[in-house]
Amino acid sequence: MIRRRNERALVRPHVVTGGRAHPTRNVFDLVTLLIAPPDQLTGPGRDAGLSPEKLRIVELCRGGALSVAEISGILRLPVGVTKVLLSDLVDSGHLITRTPAAAPPPARARILQEVLDGLRARL
Amino acid sequence: MDSALASETPYLRDTVRTAVKILVVGHFAVGKTTFVGALSEIRPLRTEERMTQAGASVDDLAGIRDKTTTTVAMDFGRLTLTDDLVLYLFGAPGQQRFTRLWHDLAVGALGALILVDTTRLEESFAVMDIVERQGLPYAIAVNHFDGAPAFPAEEIREALDLDPATPLAFCDARDRTSSTRALIALVEHLRTLDQEAP
Repeated sequence: MIRRRNERALVRPHVVTGGRAHPTRNVFDLVTLLIAPPDQLTGPGRDAGLSPEKLRIVELCRGGALSVAEISGILRLPVGVTKVLLSDLVDSGHLITRTPAAAPPPARARILQEVLDGLRARL
Repeated sequence: MDSALASETPYLRDTVRTAVKILVVGHFAVGKTTFVGALSEIRPLRTEERMTQAGASVDDLAGIRDKTTTTVAMDFGRLTLTDDLVLYLFGAPGQQRFTRLWHDLAVGALGALILVDTTRLEESFAVMDIVERQGLPYAIAVNHFDGAPAFPAEEIREALDLDPATPLAFCDARDRTSSTRALIALVEHLRTLDQEAP
């Protein structure tokens, strides 16, 4: 997927993020999974005031869960900019992370075994 | 969002809760993107990050020196391994100077698969240095290029000064099966290291 020069964003990244270079929270990894919560949590008018870029992200994430990297790649926004926007959208309740922070992460040993089994099953 | 984008968007399965990543690292044109593409269940995506290169300076006609900005592109792919678990493969650039990018990539990564090309082995030294500096466990995958001389594993191990425990696999980055086997060699190694850890 090659992006052409003339397809670059018309608006510079620092304009999109309101001049900020860093997200309000520093919890997003490239593989953090995000999704827009069901409609009852977002009422009509809830999206009013969102910048065009934030609106694009929210609309994209209504369809299902995606990683930070995928959101960045699909919307062709630089990773750093994407993280700033995602952070705002989680703060404002438009997006939630897929894994609740309260849940203990699976043990590394279990994950490695599952990755191994999953890869072997593809042979 | 237009409906074309919606219908083409590769959303994750509803049941997926855990995402992990493995880095596929190597020098320029070693086959990272091909490798990721051979294994990914989605058409590989590309992310871009603008990097300010401290230290690099450019003289323009007026003699004004300034920092330069480089765009670093990373191709990545995805493999849904179980109902709960998805693995992301990131093709990572083998350039040391992108420190912040490297930090972002390495944090939380299970490990790295370093792709090497036997005709340009020395270009992999710097790549190995970066991965080791990030503290990432790794395996080596020799990407076989048509017409490239075949060297015995022992010679390659010696040239790369590999630890005897570090796996060395041979693959063809265009081929899903051999590329999957190389990834398996890495994950087996990671599991062994995990079991040996105190």
